[in-house]
Amino acid sequence: MTDMRHIEAGSVSWFLSTARERLTRLLDQGSFTEFLPPTERVQSPHLALFDLPAAFDDGMIVGRGRLEGRDVLVAGQEGQFMGGTFAEVSGAKLVGLLRAARDDAKLPRTVLLLLDSGGVRLQEANAGELAVAEVMRAIVEARAAGVAVIALVGGRAGAFGGAGLTAATCSAIAISEQGRTGVTGPEVIETNKGVEEFDSQDKALVWSVTGGRTRRLIGGADAYVDDSIAGFRGAALALMDRAPTFDLATLKAEQARLAVRAERLGACNASTEMWATLGVPDPQAIGNMDDNAFRAVVAGVEGTDHDAR
Amino acid sequence: MTLDEILDSLFPAGHVIARHADHLFLGTGKRADGGTVEVIGITDGEALGITGILPLADRVLDIIAAGGTAPILVVVDTQGQLMSRHDEMLGLNEYLAHLAKCLLLASRSGHPTVGLNYGKAAAGAFLATAGATDILIGLPGAEPAVMDLPSMARVTKLPQAKLEELSKTTPVFAPGLASMTAVGAVSEVWDPAKPLADQFEATLAAMPAHDVRDTLGAARGGRPVAAQIARRVADQACGVHHA
Repeated sequence: MTDMRHIEAGSVSWFLSTARERLTRLLDQGSFTEFLPPTERVQSPHLALFDLPAAFDDGMIVGRGRLEGRDVLVAGQEGQFMGGTFAEVSGAKLVGLLRAARDDAKLPRTVLLLLDSGGVRLQEANAGELAVAEVMRAIVEARAAGVAVIALVGGRAGAFGGAGLTAATCSAIAISEQGRTGVTGPEVIETNKGVEEFDSQDKALVWSVTGGRTRRLIGGADAYVDDSIAGFRGAALALMDRAPTFDLATLKAEQARLAVRAERLGACNASTEMWATLGVPDPQAIGNMDDNAFRAVVAGVEGTDHDAR
Repeated sequence: MTLDEILDSLFPAGHVIARHADHLFLGTGKRADGGTVEVIGITDGEALGITGILPLADRVLDIIAAGGTAPILVVVDTQGQLMSRHDEMLGLNEYLAHLAKCLLLASRSGHPTVGLNYGKAAAGAFLATAGATDILIGLPGAEPAVMDLPSMARVTKLPQAKLEELSKTTPVFAPGLASMTAVGAVSEVWDPAKPLADQFEATLAAMPAHDVRDTLGAARGGRPVAAQIARRVADQACGVHHA
């Protein structure tokens, strides 16, 4: 019976789940322990200034659990609370988790980051920005200490701004079709540079620039998963044992990979041009094919699987 | 101070710094004891995009590969990351993170990294440069920020006047050197009336051994709870119980 419930839980949509639902369903049943849970009522000291309601987890859940028996540390952003943003409290919780992993070799050697964030919470902009800088440094330090830090991206807010940089600091990134990564959000680009530069209302365009499939095709994500808890679980298990070492060789390889991408694809003006250049047989069909068909296309593209992150 | 004035005051013993395309510059400066400082930077408020990132990161990797313990000075005047559909399409987040990772690796490899913000430093470009150094110094007139206030007002749908009023009572969101110093991002502001070389040597002599920005933010009151929350989470994770 437990197995059936677990299997059913596994098929639930990641995109439609809350952060708590993702964590409890991702991890082995009953294995999740939360650090600084909502009962401790640690909330933002700043939101009241803006007459905004606080949350007792500030939209960041941290703790530990087991993934098919493997011990892991976990952090999940709640995209529906203030856009899952990095702020003084939410950011500090993640910093603390990463520093613990860095310092205590008895803790699990894997951290799963369930990112779902538009970036920094503007009402606490400086605290949020600093939190991202501290998170990026702590991820690097943890990686150097042998910890695999895996980003799982598939929520409503995607991983933009500081979250996009955080994802790219991790050992590996797993992404679903609905997942998106980037820096400046399309709306902000449109406001600053005009609709000609980026029509943020054109969903197909936004997805073609920032969405899971294009990221996987150009090497901006290391695993493509279907929109299910089980999909992300499988990817996390596969990626956690393959984490590249954080060292000069890896960063030199990344420099080469990013330079080659700029050279090969830099003249492209649209994603379909990029995909065509990469040898995708039918770029126009990328948006409509099912996940299995897409995975088959990925398998035929060079450079999607690399250790250079 | 202009960039040239800054470089002259930092390196009275001499410097060889070449301007590159895209408002970048790379080179070295001489310390009083004859030691070398590696210098990289972006100037003129230029936006940082893919073409600007690659040469900077490449230089940092060369510095690491060459060995030694030369400090790396990262001089920053940038309006932020390039806002471009093209660069987003090419994965700008990976490029910015890559530069940050290179600087963090340089620090781990024995090169003290010092950020010097003399103009603008914003958002994603901040994270890739100034935010990825061991210590960040400001010069008066620097404008570190996450986002300018008018854009913040648009995105949060709050009146700009309201944000300006609130920014008088808290440094937690407003742009500027005072706010960024209060939250612990900027460690100190140098005095342009005194030789920068002396202040640079004093900074190098007092490099923090680990990330102290949250501790600074607590001491200065700009980030009252971050440091203690990070500690509490770490203690709980490690199974340390509070009385």
